[in-house]
Amino acid sequence: MSSPASRRLAARRLLAIIQKEALQIVRDPSSILIGFILPVFLTLLAGFATNLDIDHVPIGLVLEDSSPEAQGLAAAFLATKYFNTRVGYDRREFTDDLVAGKVRGIVVIPQTFSRSLARASESVPFQVIADGSEPNTATFTQNYAQGVWLSWMQIRAQGKGAEFNQPVSLEPRTWYNQELVSLNSLLPGGMAINLTLIGALLTALVVAREWERGTMEAMLATPVGRFEMLFGKLVPYFLLGMVAMFICLGITLVVFHVPFRGSIFALLTVSAVFMVSALGLGLFISSIARSQFVAAQSAILAAFLPAYFLSGYVFEPAGMPLPIRVLSHAIAARYYVSCLKTIFLVGDAWEQLLPNMLGMAAIAVVLLGLTIRNTARKIA
Amino acid sequence: MSAALVEARELAFRYAPGAALALEGVTADIRPGRVTGLVGPDGAGKTTYIRLLAGLLDASSGSVSVLGLDPAAQSDALHERIGYMPQKFGLYEDLSVAENMRLFAEVRGLPAAERTATFDRLLHFTGLAPFTKRLAGRLSGGMKQKLGLACAMIRRPELLLLDEPSVGVDPISRRELWRMVRALADEGIGVLWSTSYLDEAEGCDEVLLLSAGRLLFSGLPAEMTGRVTGRVVQVRGVSGNRRSVLRRALGQPGVMDGVIQGRHVRLVLASDAPPPDVEAIRAGPEAVVVPVPPRFEDAFLDILGGGPGGVSPLAEHMENKPHSEGSVVEARGLTKRFGDFTAAQDIDFAIRQGEIFGLLGPNGAGKSTTFKMMCGLLKPTAGQALVDGLVLGKSKGAARSRIGYMAQKFSLYGTLSVRQNLEFFSGVYGLEGARRWNAVEGMIETFALSPHLSASADTLPLGFKQRLALACAVMHEPPVLFLDEPTSGVDPITRREFWTHINGMVERGVTVMVTTHFMDEAEYCDRIGLVYRGRVIAIGSPDDLKEKVRSEVLPEPTLEDAFVGLVEADDQAGDSERRKEAA
Amino acid sequence: MKFSRVKALVIKELLAVLRDKKSRMVLIMPPLMQLTIFAFAATMEVKNIELAVLDKDGGKAAVELVQRFNGSPSFTRVFPLSSQGEVAPTLEGEKAMAVLVIDEDFSRDVAAGRPAKAHILLDGRRSNAAQIVQGYAQSIVQQYNTDLAARAQQVGPPATLVARNWFNPNLEYLWFTVPNLIGMLSMVVGLIVTALSVAREREMGTFDQLLVSPISPQEILAGKTIPAMILGFLESLLITSVAVFLFHIPCVGSLWSLFVSLLLFLFSVVGFGLFISSLCNTQQQAILGTFTFMMPATLLSGFATPIESMPRFLQIVSLANPMRHFLVAVRGIMLKGMPFFTVLGIVWPLAVIAVVTLTLANWLFRRGLE
Repeated sequence: MSSPASRRLAARRLLAIIQKEALQIVRDPSSILIGFILPVFLTLLAGFATNLDIDHVPIGLVLEDSSPEAQGLAAAFLATKYFNTRVGYDRREFTDDLVAGKVRGIVVIPQTFSRSLARASESVPFQVIADGSEPNTATFTQNYAQGVWLSWMQIRAQGKGAEFNQPVSLEPRTWYNQELVSLNSLLPGGMAINLTLIGALLTALVVAREWERGTMEAMLATPVGRFEMLFGKLVPYFLLGMVAMFICLGITLVVFHVPFRGSIFALLTVSAVFMVSALGLGLFISSIARSQFVAAQSAILAAFLPAYFLSGYVFEPAGMPLPIRVLSHAIAARYYVSCLKTIFLVGDAWEQLLPNMLGMAAIAVVLLGLTIRNTARKIA
Repeated sequence: MSAALVEARELAFRYAPGAALALEGVTADIRPGRVTGLVGPDGAGKTTYIRLLAGLLDASSGSVSVLGLDPAAQSDALHERIGYMPQKFGLYEDLSVAENMRLFAEVRGLPAAERTATFDRLLHFTGLAPFTKRLAGRLSGGMKQKLGLACAMIRRPELLLLDEPSVGVDPISRRELWRMVRALADEGIGVLWSTSYLDEAEGCDEVLLLSAGRLLFSGLPAEMTGRVTGRVVQVRGVSGNRRSVLRRALGQPGVMDGVIQGRHVRLVLASDAPPPDVEAIRAGPEAVVVPVPPRFEDAFLDILGGGPGGVSPLAEHMENKPHSEGSVVEARGLTKRFGDFTAAQDIDFAIRQGEIFGLLGPNGAGKSTTFKMMCGLLKPTAGQALVDGLVLGKSKGAARSRIGYMAQKFSLYGTLSVRQNLEFFSGVYGLEGARRWNAVEGMIETFALSPHLSASADTLPLGFKQRLALACAVMHEPPVLFLDEPTSGVDPITRREFWTHINGMVERGVTVMVTTHFMDEAEYCDRIGLVYRGRVIAIGSPDDLKEKVRSEVLPEPTLEDAFVGLVEADDQAGDSERRKEAA
Repeated sequence: MKFSRVKALVIKELLAVLRDKKSRMVLIMPPLMQLTIFAFAATMEVKNIELAVLDKDGGKAAVELVQRFNGSPSFTRVFPLSSQGEVAPTLEGEKAMAVLVIDEDFSRDVAAGRPAKAHILLDGRRSNAAQIVQGYAQSIVQQYNTDLAARAQQVGPPATLVARNWFNPNLEYLWFTVPNLIGMLSMVVGLIVTALSVAREREMGTFDQLLVSPISPQEILAGKTIPAMILGFLESLLITSVAVFLFHIPCVGSLWSLFVSLLLFLFSVVGFGLFISSLCNTQQQAILGTFTFMMPATLLSGFATPIESMPRFLQIVSLANPMRHFLVAVRGIMLKGMPFFTVLGIVWPLAVIAVVTLTLANWLFRRGLE
């Protein structure tokens, strides 16, 4: 392998394999599907469908008290964009709807409301019943109701010329994403899903297909070495991944106006490291699985699902139990999602990006090492 | 004699520890400048042997040296010097012919300066020059194999390993492949050609005969056929039913094996056995016994101890089908167009009851399209396919329940046991209650399946798979059987057994339609329809077809000669017609 | 349609899956593994929050406020920052999910009864978590206010909001995730058994074998639908049992309602599976087809994000998604004890979906012969 002549031959072989692979990508419908169509489709779908900012929550408001005060509070509920409020006079009107999922909560303004309010001495149980079967929505319902209540109190106090003040107030301020638009954090993370699909699922399928069709066997009987074989796959799919990344970036910025505060250079560097680790996973799977069925199953199980669930893309790792949090550190997508959100919303914060890149690189090295060890130049 | 390229000594291999030996004690040499045939039925160990030579598997025991190298340890050096064509088409179907060749040229380090010349030579050699831009996946079976060959020899290897290059290839392309390989051997290259077609063995310079992982014979093919010289005869001038004649002949003492060859019956006799008495086998008043030159297959059967006998227990249990005048299966103006491509045009033929009708034709000529339309797997653009007077398109269920179908690929449910497969197919054909039970038990008994009843169909030995497939196809006693290359790759004894059953059923009035590339199978047919360029270009008995190409150059044409000759004649006629049209 | 032929097909299909060790494993192990891992992973809950505190005041009230954060189970780690300069790197480097900043005059203002201010800085990259953390922090401050008022013998805010959560009083996230996963995993099984099995039969050549037999396309469809429903049903029973007995998810509704909606759900899933398979010739196409269907089906199911907050046109598209209807029903039955007729009112579109997809599949199967 050391003489210049043999090195030149190896380079020619590598180039030929890369060229072949590139031609196949262009001609194979499944590569087109995973490499170009799915990224567009998934980004658009995610952009339109995954909106965590809950508003217009349907609730029922039970107005047991008909005093002007109670009606004023009801009007506050009717006015907010957070709720779609339907007013009723008996809580039984809404309990069935709550069971049927037609309302997400019931707000009860009790008969004694204005009386207790006037007396200002006793506290009035002003009740919010939320549908706990969807805990996230329930939490938001409670928080929003609390917000409506507090601001109504404030306005009411002001109206009386009095100052309504709480001894201590907590002023929230959100950095990087002032309006707390969930899309701004979801869409960048979604790129990790697309790159995982290309790196792991597509690559594993493509290699398995070579085994099924017998082309791998023909290649094995030629002077092609295993490094050439692996790199020949790595390079074109790496480039495909980068193209898909830019497609996602374009849609994210142009269609959904997500801010991009970092640099393309940082995005490219981080994505490159991640892509290598995703390809490492794909090639590793394909070094074990020789049928497309097994390859697809393994890729979905070992790459796609963890990237979706454990990466922090939608679900917050901090909420998971310890064993799963530990497990999530073995998932390259976790580091990548974190980097992506930072690059988009914070900027080139290298002190945050570098440790994450290190994590991805470590995973890539382990996977590629295992793959090289597993890639025997034998049939069985 | 020059030094051997391959020296194998007591070579053995098993795929998994504890598994049965796939190859056992093989000691054989392969020499340069010769075509060595690696012959044997599917599962004999041919692919394993080739993979061992190519360094793709490491031997479990024994030793092998290829070009003086150890393939296990020095595979890199070895791969520089050999060409290998795997059994599955090892080329990229989504690359064009030229792109495939370029890939293999680069991978094999063909100097850029030589490329144009090499490509020109190979493209000319393989006749692929007009198709360089076509995707490999769109090539016909024969062209694919030629391209595979071109890619395997792009750098003029010292040893060329070809794993079943002629599978699925029509006789014309097969001849061309042989011509190419012969030319290579003449240049001094050593060629290993593996095949399950025993007739190909005769064309080889040397033969390695594998059976069940063991080397049964190695040497010159003539040496092999020599062991049955003088013991092979043809009963000619048979009048009456030659299938019954064959059955009776096989029942005679001293007759080891027999097949039908067109009008004649070919028999292999035990050593020192007298030729059979024409009277005893009731071959008719004009029948004569003529000695004929032995074939490789005759000798193979001799080594294996003879064929399975001529009595089909399956047919014995069958009732005679009610006699019907007219044709049982009929194609009326069958036409199939895919877009603006006409795959089949105005196909007409009629098959009488109790007839075996063969559909032959080159790859891509419309033979499978026609076959599929006849089975109802493809809806004709125009025309009708009739079974028992019922149009397949209209009275689907009724017409289909009269059909038994057996595909070339073993298409039973592999994870189901033998009994479950039988029960499934009996259920599918609507057998119920006692009829169903009788049918299943009858098949188990007839085909001696009882030792394997609970084994998964996938794990059966090949011979039993073949039996099970036939059992599933005929369990509902269909009056019509459609067979798609039913015995390709099957060992000769199983093949004899298979045709014994078919012959027996035909005697009971079953009608058979078969497609095949296998000339041996074609010889069993009463009549053959030769399909080419979407039309039936010739129809008649095997002997009729042979007669059509008989000439001074070719006084004793084989069926393959007839096939090739008729197709070429049609080509010429087509050309002159086009010229006329142009003028 | 002939019963004995369909029966033979059904038995064949069940045996083909159950006799093969690999297919058996695919049906049992991955779903259970996924159930366990994703039940815990697919959570919007925020626990184990790390909070940094920049206490510029250091007075008594400030210390008390910090202690209240410290004592809350949601905030597992509360650590001090020493200067304003540390705030940005702490948030940026994700060392803390939020920073509590207490101004210099905080304690003095509290003591004097003047409005006192504290700030909480949140990490907007984790938008959902940020809102939840904010809610936690507000309720701690709220409690502090009430206590301060009580201490000062003042009257607090006259009416207090009493939060109640029905059906899931402690807002256990698992109670939400696990019923959803029952739907999702049953769907995967239903799709694999149908879409892939037809493609495999095509590749193996057994499909031709069926087509030349007297079986009609309708019988083939029935022969694929029934076993897939049986397997899917057993699978979902297994998952449901694990959910109820291992994860202790309540099931307060009637089992009959659950079974009826499961069957309808599987019926519609199988319809989609067969529809996909009628479009695909190879296993690879079937795998990708199934996958391409699964992605939007999961996204538009109300699992990850509520349907109500999607744009109108996607809400309409989601009506064709079996998961969307079933998830409402399964959560309703298990957690809310939804009455049977309410369930029917929710799941009837599944029957429509099934009929439409099966009709299309039937039509495409037949067209495939031409």
